Amino acid sequence: MAEAAIIDSLKKARIEELLEQGKRLDGRAFDEFREISIETSAIPKANGSARVKIGDTEVVCGVKIQPDRPFPDSGDKGIFICTAEMLPLSHPTVETGPPGPHVIELARVVDRGIRESHMIDVSQLVIKENKSVVGVFADNVVVDYDGNLFDACSFAATAALRSTRSPKWEFKDDAPALVEGSEADLPVGTIPVSVTMVRIGQHILVDPNADEWQCMDARITITTNSDGNICALQKGGHNGFTLEQIKECGKTSVRIGAEIRKKFDGISAGSDAKQ
Amino acid sequence: MGGREATMVLLDENGIRCDGRKVDETRHVMIRAGGLKNADGSAYIEFGDNKIVAGVFGPRDVHPKHMSDTDTGILRVRYHMEPFSVGERKNPAPSRREIEISKVIKEALEPAVMLEMFPRTVVDVFIEVLQADGGTRCAALSAASVALADAGIPMRDMVAGCAAGKVADTVILDVNNEEDQAGQADMPMGYMPTLEKITLLQLDGILTPEEYEKCVEFGIKGCMQVYELQKKALSEKYFDGENGRGGSGRSQKR
Repeated sequence: MAEAAIIDSLKKARIEELLEQGKRLDGRAFDEFREISIETSAIPKANGSARVKIGDTEVVCGVKIQPDRPFPDSGDKGIFICTAEMLPLSHPTVETGPPGPHVIELARVVDRGIRESHMIDVSQLVIKENKSVVGVFADNVVVDYDGNLFDACSFAATAALRSTRSPKWEFKDDAPALVEGSEADLPVGTIPVSVTMVRIGQHILVDPNADEWQCMDARITITTNSDGNICALQKGGHNGFTLEQIKECGKTSVRIGAEIRKKFDGISAGSDAKQ
Repeated sequence: MGGREATMVLLDENGIRCDGRKVDETRHVMIRAGGLKNADGSAYIEFGDNKIVAGVFGPRDVHPKHMSDTDTGILRVRYHMEPFSVGERKNPAPSRREIEISKVIKEALEPAVMLEMFPRTVVDVFIEVLQADGGTRCAALSAASVALADAGIPMRDMVAGCAAGKVADTVILDVNNEEDQAGQADMPMGYMPTLEKITLLQLDGILTPEEYEKCVEFGIKGCMQVYELQKKALSEKYFDGENGRGGSGRSQKR
């Protein structure tokens, strides 16, 4: 992913030169996202789904719900798993085969952001304690790449989960049995919003595109919840941040996160909204 | 990572934690530079009940060759847990968690190592967790940093690791296994003490913006304490020990 695009050294110089003048190559303010479009119920065969675009980055997330055995150490909780994958058509350098460290990190960071926000109340996803629980699987696929996959996948999963209608099961004859014609919303609460920032020189940029991603010294992804608290964070990249920069990124993530969260408010099961 | 219910007293009314520590106290840390004969540099760390050994090879030829970079050396890090290091046997194959931790440790060390001095080569860092008890990535990072210095590889700074977190609505230093499982937040950190740069930072758990800033500041404090022990470990091997005539790291293996 990060190794994907080979950036022209002239372009890198141009990006850095512009930053010194307080500008970005595509004209955005330092703390400005590209246009975000969220389309829910994009895949009717999934229990919930969303297609999210941030600029030219495009991610599709589908949620599938099925009964599953609980993890041995948490028989009183349902299962939530969020994955992410880069499709070979998303960029010329992406190859088929098992995921590399970048993609594994992507999937784990997106999963952690949603999990740690407690968006999904897994205690309500129990069919029969220690025997059978509901598994919620949110699978992201990257269709087109232009940087900032962390936020694109996180937004797609969040939107898809909010639009999910779940079938119901009851425990009969030692097995979960589908209750025909019965559906419910997922027990979703807080809305996690991840905000990814990169540092290029002394400048912190929100929502880096592929070119900016390629020039970055370091990056940080911070997820906030509806209370404006921070619930997950991941620093990456080949360099570091100062304490002041880390604090500033925290504040930015809370502020920008609150703005973006409004886009999710209108999304619920049954709304085929294009936001 | 399991449930988050507080089934035990994580913080009593006197502000004492489940293992007897104060809120701003780290576990006992012991670091030893060297120890492995064949590695170019090595270190062993005991961080509370964590027991971790790190070995460094290189700069050396890159295999496979296509990974080599004509402009700079590259750093490879493998963080690995032994099957017997945790309660239930761990599958020895690298898990997705270990792959991610390898990556964040690599990125935490990279800014400190002057790889540009060794184009077309690789520095391999192997980290083996013999026993795990919460906070392994910080302990592993601290050991790896000492092992790199022990290998005589030019560095801009050390990288010290320590976690901060939150239990019972209180910000604490150096989260242990119980606190990680039952606590409210865990924030592992890696820090370059001289350059004052945070090179590893992760968080899971909910923090208010104020707690977040306090956590980062606490983490830096912990890293500074670990840094003193890293320096002590190197100085014991190279200046105070019986072979203590300084000189190159490579001539004195044990």
